[in-house]
Amino acid sequence: MIIRDKVIKYGNDVNTDVIIPARYLNTTNEEELASHCFEDLDENFKQKALTRKIIVAGDNFGCGSSREHAPLAIKASGIKLVIARTFARIFFRNAVNTALPVLLSKEASENVNDGDELEVDLEMGLINDLTTGKTYKINQIPAFIQEIISSGGYINYTKKKLGSL
Amino acid sequence: MAQKILAEHCGQEYLKAGDLVNARVDLVLGNDITMPLAIEEFKKIGVSKVFNKDRVVIVPDHFAPNKDIKSAEQCRFLRRFAENQKITNYFEVGKMGIEHALIPEMGLVLPGDLVVGADSHTCTYGALGAASTGVGSTDAAVAMATGTLWFMVPDSIKFIYRGLLKPWVTGKDLILYTIGLIGVDGALYMSMEFVGPAIKTLSMDSRFTMCNMAIEAGGKFGIIEVDEKTEKYLKNKAGRDYKKYKADADVHYYKTYDIDCSKIDLQVSAPHLPSNAGNARDCRNIKIDQVVIGSCTNGRMEDLKIAFEILKGKKVSKNIRVIIIPATQNIYLAALNKGYIKAFIESGCAVSTPTCGPCLGGHMGILAEGERAISTTNRNFVGRMGHPKSEVYLSGPAVAAASAIAGRIAVPEEVF
Repeated sequence: MIIRDKVIKYGNDVNTDVIIPARYLNTTNEEELASHCFEDLDENFKQKALTRKIIVAGDNFGCGSSREHAPLAIKASGIKLVIARTFARIFFRNAVNTALPVLLSKEASENVNDGDELEVDLEMGLINDLTTGKTYKINQIPAFIQEIISSGGYINYTKKKLGSL
Repeated sequence: MAQKILAEHCGQEYLKAGDLVNARVDLVLGNDITMPLAIEEFKKIGVSKVFNKDRVVIVPDHFAPNKDIKSAEQCRFLRRFAENQKITNYFEVGKMGIEHALIPEMGLVLPGDLVVGADSHTCTYGALGAASTGVGSTDAAVAMATGTLWFMVPDSIKFIYRGLLKPWVTGKDLILYTIGLIGVDGALYMSMEFVGPAIKTLSMDSRFTMCNMAIEAGGKFGIIEVDEKTEKYLKNKAGRDYKKYKADADVHYYKTYDIDCSKIDLQVSAPHLPSNAGNARDCRNIKIDQVVIGSCTNGRMEDLKIAFEILKGKKVSKNIRVIIIPATQNIYLAALNKGYIKAFIESGCAVSTPTCGPCLGGHMGILAEGERAISTTNRNFVGRMGHPKSEVYLSGPAVAAASAIAGRIAVPEEVF
């Protein structure tokens, strides 16, 4: 799969409290969650997400609370992909389990600029920055985790497994 | 230690860091924020019953007692699921406590258990020698349906604590200091093993506090070996047999830190990261609007006792709000019987029924724009306790109680 879109860039330690503040966790409605996504970090996120669908961040993206509402809010905001140098472990699990593609790339995290246009080839494991002409490698994700994402998430994966037992 | 527990739970002799395994879990838990989503996902899987009605724990504690209509509806959704599934351990308002204080108190987690909870602070139970970690709602749904979950086996970091603790210093100060030392991702994906003579001297309450905040350094587990204090704590609580694990003498650690506790002062973590830790004395000119003593981190008996020793017979500073939240009904009752609650009320503090409430900016003490709190909770991210332009300083109970009297960040010596 190839994803081609523009970048919204954030820094280190973007936590789940700013991805979706707890005051909005009295619902599981994805559109409602999306309407408050990143509002305490970047009041222009919603506007940006209309034309830019890839988030690139630094270290420890998604640290803090285990709220799965965070990847759900990001997905429902139209974001197709999150690239970071590292992810907090619960966020990483939640993103995999809800089939939000998450990629680890130190080089891209350090060099891609806000607004750049990327072409990401998930099979080849390559990120082409069309704005700067540079190419970056994606850290390989274990086959088991890829299988969960390609099944459409952990629920579908589990249903398949239970069906085959 | 965590690797051994994981190996035992997937029928393997030995596991190494990085292995991906499907392991049997002993307990699955969730709350009124994460469980509604987990139940929706559970229903999609197509199994009719949870794997074991005695091993699923549901605690409405975050926005309960219901803070608004939507929260009331989420809690009702949980209650109905618990009724339909005949969940043994559903704890209603009036019997509930903050999950990570309540669940050990009820003897539901035991040494050697593998526990997953749809709450990041599930790592708290490592204080009992369990491998226990926070997961998301989909993970909780699959674990409820199958009694198993996928895990990546973590590497381990050893933290050795030596030396005598200074007066008023507790587990909170040790863990804030540690997070300050290694950073909010200093133990990313790692199991944090807390060992050494100073750990042996800590109360169980302080040990829970330390393991509770492993996640604040990115840790998967925070774990302490079972000793005589653990066994004593479990004595009238454990309803089943348990297994004690010890780290092998020749085990390889990713890293080892040797920490001299005699040099650790009372700590405060400044906004907006728990790793912004430093000496509380250096924050003494910082004025505050609110003090919170409570949460899954510091709402236990030791914390209330320290607050009582500092607050008794004194008045809280004019125009600041002091909110004290015993973490469970049992703790509340014990504090009442010891006269702590009376002393808190006479000092001018508000005392609340157990709830996570203000810790995550839910209810029971939200901050307005520009306001500042000192709090014994676990996170001080932007907007954590209310308005995105409010601030949270983290501390242990001694600094929080002293600050309540001073109206600014203070250490106990200043108010005696």
